[in-house]
Amino acid sequence: MIQYTIRRILLAIPVLLAIITVTFILARIIPGDPCRAILGEKATEEVCDQFARDFGLDQPIHVQFGIYLQNLLKGDLGNSIRYGRPVSIILIERLPITIELGLSAMLIAVLIGIPAGIISAVKRNSIIDVVTMVGANIGVSVPVFFLGLMLIYIFAVFLKDTPFQLPPSGRISAGLSATPFYEFFDMQVESGSPRFLVYEFLANLYIFNSIITRNWVILGDALKHLILPAVALSTIPMSIIARITRSSMLEVLGLDYVRTARAKGLTRYQIVFKHAFRNALIPVVTIVGLQLGGILGGAVLTETIFGLAGVGLSMFQAITARDFPIVQGLVVVIAFVYVLFNLLVDLSYAFLDPRIRLN
Amino acid sequence: MNTTNTVAEIFDDNIADIGDYKANSLWRLTLRRLFRQRSAIVGLSILCLLFLLALFAPYIAPYEPNQVLIGVEDVRKRDAPCIHLFGCPNDQPQHIMGLDGNVRDVFSRMLFGTRISLRIGFTVVTVAVIIGVTLGSIAGYAGGWVDNVIMRLMDVILAFPFFLLAIALVFVLGPSLTNAMLAIAVVSTPGYARVVRATVLSVREAEYVEASRALGASHAQILFGRILPNAIPPLIVLVTLGIGTAILDTAALSFLGLGAQPPTPEWGTMLGSERNQLFSAPHLVFVPGVAISLTVLAFNLLGDGLRDALDPRLVNAGAGAKS
Repeated sequence: MIQYTIRRILLAIPVLLAIITVTFILARIIPGDPCRAILGEKATEEVCDQFARDFGLDQPIHVQFGIYLQNLLKGDLGNSIRYGRPVSIILIERLPITIELGLSAMLIAVLIGIPAGIISAVKRNSIIDVVTMVGANIGVSVPVFFLGLMLIYIFAVFLKDTPFQLPPSGRISAGLSATPFYEFFDMQVESGSPRFLVYEFLANLYIFNSIITRNWVILGDALKHLILPAVALSTIPMSIIARITRSSMLEVLGLDYVRTARAKGLTRYQIVFKHAFRNALIPVVTIVGLQLGGILGGAVLTETIFGLAGVGLSMFQAITARDFPIVQGLVVVIAFVYVLFNLLVDLSYAFLDPRIRLN
Repeated sequence: MNTTNTVAEIFDDNIADIGDYKANSLWRLTLRRLFRQRSAIVGLSILCLLFLLALFAPYIAPYEPNQVLIGVEDVRKRDAPCIHLFGCPNDQPQHIMGLDGNVRDVFSRMLFGTRISLRIGFTVVTVAVIIGVTLGSIAGYAGGWVDNVIMRLMDVILAFPFFLLAIALVFVLGPSLTNAMLAIAVVSTPGYARVVRATVLSVREAEYVEASRALGASHAQILFGRILPNAIPPLIVLVTLGIGTAILDTAALSFLGLGAQPPTPEWGTMLGSERNQLFSAPHLVFVPGVAISLTVLAFNLLGDGLRDALDPRLVNAGAGAKS
């Protein structure tokens, strides 16, 4: 198992290096002069010379790449042109929003998608199966941005002043403020220090922060704000997971050993969950891993619609403002997260299937 | 007499078998299986309707897609749908899908949008297939370092979240419909390249390919005439599903303002430019949203149907049952 883990980690390194290289190249091939693309057409020659020196753009390309790698290893993703602040600080503020949204969406997708797929397979060709698969087909076809807007219309306009009304934007209601856990527990930490940044990052995860500070009002409010965007973002992965679970279960349920289990007189529960489901799980885990990419992409649209200042909205705003250090930094970080998540998925195969770790 | 009859029967049966064998070609069986699936029929019917609407858009549309109706009719911007049949007063001009923020007829724009969306789907997939098939077949056929270089490049593209890479590419190329389509095509390429490479690898050493080689066939003849036809069934499925995805993703880029630019009547752009009017004029969000969903659903239903119909296990089972 350790050997397998090391081998998978070593295989991820070239991919990460390739991601860094591609992002670097993409940022360098933006048509036109980067100085004028960033500072505007009216930037003078002197200002542009200074800009090139500041960003090391007067150096040969391989030297620029070296500087970029060196900075990246130090955790320095450059400074945002629009905000004049380090991209890493912006990430610490905004990444928790996307993590909270993405994990909630993934949780909804898995918790509904897998049982729906199993029931669909077990009750093949029944009305439940037909309804689930029609639902999955529609779910995979409706654009996130349209579904998000429709959810806002239904729950914020149509169901207004009913118990089902849900907030259409933001993370918590106006007037409420969450006390960071490090203040709540009176933890002494120097502002701006690396430990403070980690604490700040964790405190920005509102659900986590409100649970450990036992602030149930904030928790309820944060969850209420999270429902609509998380549901909108989860629909496509949920549909895909349900479809894959169904086909994977159908394949396994038709195998000889399941027939043997049935002949032995095992209960349906034992056959489905103890014998079939575990073996049907590998394709499902693969697809769950792949859905993270969809969730990260969908986060751009969801955060834009629901006014959540996460990584997705930051990316969209940075693109509109041509703030390339933010775009470059966010693309690298998101791709890193994606590769790491897929690495975890690969490692989970070995856990699920002994044949993989033994090979 | 009995013996003669038996021989005659056997002979007739054999003839019938040959007839059946000819009838049960892969494509005939595929079509037969496809038309047996209700969902595929629904998908195909929606697509036929969309193609007809796209084809006859100039004849069906009551207005030009970009025609501003101020001064032409007594209307206001973002007027709700008005259908005389459903009780809208006859003295009001009929606009079955209402008017948009620039006082243009939404129905006419939707019809012309059908053309754009279908064109987007087919163009994106055509470009992705051309690049993907070329790279995949070169990688699979050449093998060695060529294969390694091409497939690692594909792995890098796959290492990025699909939509984010498309956004990054549009950021580099500049926002426009052509660039959005190009970006989606580039990020879709690895899927096609992988399928073609896998097919090429699986039949590269087959005896009939060896035989062609021994007969002096050129590399191009072997690749295009002998190997690549094997990749057509999986490619058809991938293409059908890919068209839906391409329409969805290009609409999403346009929604963000990175694809088609106003006044192009592209569905994603139409939805994006009116999304802030959700509370006052929901029809402007609803109509293009439903159109995108329906089109993508139709391609998905057809793609799923084709996947089942082309599944070799099912096709063989069908052939076996027949003979």
